[in-house]
Amino acid sequence: MSAMRKLTTLVWKDLLAEFRTKELVSSMLMFALIVVVIFAFTFETGSSATKEAAPGLLWVAFTFASVLGLHRSMLHEVERGSLHGLLLAPLDRGLLFLAKAFGNIVFISIIEIPTFLLAVVFFNLDLSTGWDKIAVIFLLGTIGFASVGTLFSAIAVNTRTREIMLPILLFPVQIPVILSAVNATAAALAGRTWEDLSGWLRILAGFDLVFILVCYVTFEYVLEE
Amino acid sequence: MSLATREATSSVAIEVENLVKSFGTFYALRGISLRVHAGECLTIFGPNGAGKTTFLRILSAISRPSSGDVRILGLTLKEKSLAIQRQLGVIGHQTFLYDDLTAAENLLFYARLYDVPNPRARLEQLLSEVGLARRANDRVRAFSRGMQQRLAIARAMLHDPGILFLDEPYTGLDQHAAMMLTNWLQKLRSERRTILLVTHDLSQGLAMADRVAVFLQGRIIWEESAAHIAPEHFQQTYFDLIAKGNS
Repeated sequence: MSAMRKLTTLVWKDLLAEFRTKELVSSMLMFALIVVVIFAFTFETGSSATKEAAPGLLWVAFTFASVLGLHRSMLHEVERGSLHGLLLAPLDRGLLFLAKAFGNIVFISIIEIPTFLLAVVFFNLDLSTGWDKIAVIFLLGTIGFASVGTLFSAIAVNTRTREIMLPILLFPVQIPVILSAVNATAAALAGRTWEDLSGWLRILAGFDLVFILVCYVTFEYVLEE
Repeated sequence: MSLATREATSSVAIEVENLVKSFGTFYALRGISLRVHAGECLTIFGPNGAGKTTFLRILSAISRPSSGDVRILGLTLKEKSLAIQRQLGVIGHQTFLYDDLTAAENLLFYARLYDVPNPRARLEQLLSEVGLARRANDRVRAFSRGMQQRLAIARAMLHDPGILFLDEPYTGLDQHAAMMLTNWLQKLRSERRTILLVTHDLSQGLAMADRVAVFLQGRIIWEESAAHIAPEHFQQTYFDLIAKGNS
């Protein structure tokens, strides 16, 4: 019970600070929207090539925008020395990971919605049969991306070339998530059934489970030095 | 005063045996052994890179030693790090506060992490004690360095720790803020809390100390009771020790 209350407290702190400044979400959102707009002007609106490329373009926008947020989120803790304060508190380091990852999932999810809606308009996507599937895919993809991203941002933030280091570390590990999310999104937008998507969703869910567990256990060692 | 403080007033609060910390081939600590009695104030001096902060990080359970044993209030650090952290308060040159939260929100946040009972009443009491009650709902971003350090003291005292680690607490403070901090530290001393102070300020550090230790290159090169040190000669003694140790 105490652990749950501490987890809630840690998440509350991140959400409240972001609600006040809107620093992370605004920069991530601007970046993601710009990516969609640039691609929209690059391709012919409503063409079949645009529709085929749309899932990939969306996840490119999410991925790069998320890296910005993941990096800033951890940098805030380190720059102001508050991470040190958290480490001094009598709490399991795994809770710190869960709280940070949860905050990042919320922030990334917030930017995904308007970015997706903009893509629907610009790429002329048909969503008549796929809202629920898209929501599940985005959630599973975001959990996978944010959990590993939270761990790697904690590693990268202590390096000299931290801005570059995070994507270099993160993207290779994220290949299964990005591939599965792109393919599942494409299938959902094409009006396929849950059964057709189940293979990709299983990969995403499996990745999420495994990496949340791995990150929870290893976060302590990453934070130490 | 916490139960741990009262119970331990006549015992050893901190016991360190042959503590070693290495980063690859670099040794930050090379076999530190010392004892701090309950209610005692030990001031640690030493040049940059002497291992003082690494030593405090290990004692605070945020860094693991390569070898050696640490016991705090009778608890082994390796096995009971969370229990030990509940008894520690740390004040550093960084405040560990969140700029975008108010003073009250910062204290409430840490109070919940430390399972402080009745946290709102406790934070109101502490804000009043450090003279920030009127600024409770202002964001920390708007505070001066001195006010932030007072809030940091309140943060460190939230859970009424029996042991305090002070790591360069005077860094960046103006004279007025430094004087207020000194008054606060004197008050904490008078409550017989065990204090480990790391500082470069020889006069402030000596004035606070019951005992003094000098670190150099990861070792304790000198240890003496403050009662046996003449303040007017201490600076020269210190410089001689460092010069001798480096030669």
